[in-house]
Amino acid sequence: MKTIFERGAAGRRAFVPPRSGVEPRPIEELIPDSARRREPPRLPEVSEPELVRHYVNLSKRNFDLDSGFYPLGSCTMKHNPRLHERVAALPGNARLHPLQDPARAQGALELMWNLQEALAAVSGLPHVSLQPSAGSHGELAGLLLTRAYHEDRGETRTKVLTPDTAHGTNPATVTMAGLEVVKVGTAADGGVDLDDLRAKADEDVACLMLTNPNTLGLFDGRIEEIAEVVHGVGATLYYDGANLNAVMGIVRPGDMGFDIVHFNLHKTFTQPHGGGGPGSGPIACSDRIEPYLMTPRVVRGEDGFDLDYERPKSIGRLRGFQGNYGTFVRAYAYIRSLGGDGLREASEVAVLNANYLKARLAELAELLPAAFDRACAHEFCLSGAPMKRQLGIGTLDLAKRLLDHGYHPPTIYFPLLVEEALLVEPTETETKETLDAFAEAIAAILAEAAADPEVARTAPHSAPVRRLDEAGAARRPRIRQQLDRTEDP
Amino acid sequence: MSRYTAITEADREAMLEAIGVASVADLFDAVPPALRMGSGLDLPEGMAEQEVFAHLRELAERNVSAESEVSFLGAGMYDAYVPALIDMLVERSEFLTPYTPYQPEISQGGLQVMFEYQTAISELTALPVSNASVYDGPSALAAAGYVAKLANGRGRFVVSRGVHPHARQTLATLARGYGIEVVETPLRDGITDGDAWREAIDADTAAVFLQQPNFLGAIEDVAALAAAAAEPVVVCSCDPQTLGVLRPPGECGVEIAVGEGQTLGNRLDFGGPSFGFFAASEDHLRRMPGRIAGETVDLDGNRGFVLTLQTREQHIRRERATSNICTSQALNALAGVVYLSWLGRRGIVELGELLATLAAHTRERLLELSGVTALHEQPVAREFAVRLPVADLAAVRRVVDRCQAAGVNPGHPLGGEYPEYGDGLLVALSEQRTAADVELLATVLGAALAAEREGAVA
Repeated sequence: MKTIFERGAAGRRAFVPPRSGVEPRPIEELIPDSARRREPPRLPEVSEPELVRHYVNLSKRNFDLDSGFYPLGSCTMKHNPRLHERVAALPGNARLHPLQDPARAQGALELMWNLQEALAAVSGLPHVSLQPSAGSHGELAGLLLTRAYHEDRGETRTKVLTPDTAHGTNPATVTMAGLEVVKVGTAADGGVDLDDLRAKADEDVACLMLTNPNTLGLFDGRIEEIAEVVHGVGATLYYDGANLNAVMGIVRPGDMGFDIVHFNLHKTFTQPHGGGGPGSGPIACSDRIEPYLMTPRVVRGEDGFDLDYERPKSIGRLRGFQGNYGTFVRAYAYIRSLGGDGLREASEVAVLNANYLKARLAELAELLPAAFDRACAHEFCLSGAPMKRQLGIGTLDLAKRLLDHGYHPPTIYFPLLVEEALLVEPTETETKETLDAFAEAIAAILAEAAADPEVARTAPHSAPVRRLDEAGAARRPRIRQQLDRTEDP
Repeated sequence: MSRYTAITEADREAMLEAIGVASVADLFDAVPPALRMGSGLDLPEGMAEQEVFAHLRELAERNVSAESEVSFLGAGMYDAYVPALIDMLVERSEFLTPYTPYQPEISQGGLQVMFEYQTAISELTALPVSNASVYDGPSALAAAGYVAKLANGRGRFVVSRGVHPHARQTLATLARGYGIEVVETPLRDGITDGDAWREAIDADTAAVFLQQPNFLGAIEDVAALAAAAAEPVVVCSCDPQTLGVLRPPGECGVEIAVGEGQTLGNRLDFGGPSFGFFAASEDHLRRMPGRIAGETVDLDGNRGFVLTLQTREQHIRRERATSNICTSQALNALAGVVYLSWLGRRGIVELGELLATLAAHTRERLLELSGVTALHEQPVAREFAVRLPVADLAAVRRVVDRCQAAGVNPGHPLGGEYPEYGDGLLVALSEQRTAADVELLATVLGAALAAEREGAVA
């Protein structure tokens, strides 16, 4: 499809400047020569109808959660209630300036306070900051807090332990925080290798970052021993909340021994994923970490709610203003809709759905076995290795053929330690019929590949484009449109 | 059963049987019994959609928004108009509900939007490469610091006091993490003090940071300040709505241009979500944070778009990634490129002219008020600072409070972030303000100042 820069014609416009009632002045009188732009940026020149048609047509070249099943492991693609868009758009939220006097933003601050309380209840940790804007941002906050905590005790610790199953954001965050990654192995049952952990846990370790249930979709039942080892050397335990959707109302990270937790409001709490954001990554922490939390903090006083900037031990701020407030509104609406019992039910059904789909797919275990043969949490990991050997189609081919069946594929080639991995997360908002149909589609693709693997190897066949040359794109990056110089308007 | 789940009793029985367990509780066997929650979550009971709406509406009505007062509040976010077509596009399921385009064949819409966005930001900043967005303006500035550290490995940042306080604070938080010292240089006459700036920059300076217009609304001589920093990476935070009339950073010797994208089609939302833009010279391309879309072809030779240069990123490179960012602000960046296309090549200039005219007019009008003086005499583009004839920050806040009681928010008191300007007020214009609004501001502010004087006498 043409780009917006390839549409339109010189002189067309969608924008008409409003009449301010102020006498126009020549720009030369207002802005000095040295600071003035000579040539306008070559933005498109299109009418409003052209603009609308272009972007509506582009939207039709996207697959989306409202149209079909999206079992993308580790991303919790659950239904996004439309109520949330409506309440976020109320003028009292949408047109509220972040620097409004707190006395005139009491509704917003109360909402943030209530959300913090709810996240504290879910995590079992008393103090919450909503500021980070994504999971990885929350991770960075967590490591900077850990660092500040150790430094305040006169300790310099340089290493952070991460399991080899960790999300890529964990090790990347460690580096950004100026610390060093030490990998911990995985035991035969898919949990943390305790012997390896004991060998690596020493007085230089600042923190262990852990996802539980982990990225294989397995709950690590040895979490109490893990916590004991980590706390035994004086390190903190960080909970990557990407998989929190499995345990709400069932077990709290705080009770497992975690000191710091991040939440992904765009996963667990229904903030729409937006094609890659906006997200939100609030964190919760224990009493000993609280003094270092980011500024400002929402506080409750006798005269109502306020923002507290006077925090001498705080690590400071991680972004502007108070965070992605619009995502707080949506998450809060979700929590009030479900209540405590509803959140627990969401986790129970998420786990039930995952185990059911895993059981359905067990019929195909000769080709597509589960990586670990035990009950899973809200997601499970399959290996396409036998399928590749026996049918000659890899996980990528299976994923691409699923596109033709109208499904978004699972996460593929992650976690790294499983050969030809597929990570499947159905979420609680899908029906049994959808799960059955998906299992049947996978069976049909495998049967088809047994007869003719070429169909899958060359899939997709019904998408707007066929497989794309990604290597070529990286070798010769074309990341913007080259525009011709045209006459000044 | 909650309204967002669909598993009936009959479904549950059939599913448990297929799994081979007796109850859902059995699925949680791995959780040590001692850790399991004994009672339910301590949260209010769930509510019907109507009840949730009523509750949220009640909370929202307790906020005073730009809908219910005439607002001259800015300082980093502005009451810019969001065109109706953006509301429609960002609500479309196809843009609202997918995730990062890991499967490009069914994500061509989102990927092409990123490519168009990158092109528009490149054009706006006159820099050759742009990523597909970061969290917000302040985090974009901090991310630029990290790119500079990766580029030259030096140990020091020099930042002008004209840079937004939140951006300076964010930079300081992150720089402490990876061990870089941050040195702040003062303002003189409302702009970066050139002598202090030159003095602060040494051979160990990794990057220097500016803002255009700066936090006080003043237009800086970016080219001269950049020229004084030949060795380090020059980073400039820009107000995108003024880039139709202000010389773009790429023509001023700036290597990395960042900024807050809120005014480009995004709502105020009490501070977010919006997006941060990040554009750079070619040599920083492989160190850029975040997603980048690239043009390529499919097996049939047809044009298509993919995420590219992913070996920079955390999901491939892990601890050797150039940033940890994963989810950013794709939907807000979509609003950004639609907004820039809506403005178009002429509109971006007309808007800049309108804002500059409104700002100049409002400044002159307020300086007519008794005792109000300019905090600086520099040219401005959309925002300016004045000194009120009152003693301190507390008095400025009282004046602002009086204005707000009369339905006008006159701006942001400066004394919190800038104790040296305890009597300062930062006044911002959006294109939604009119001459009549400015007259109202002058009347209300004049009356509030008079009342404050009387209060002081009494």
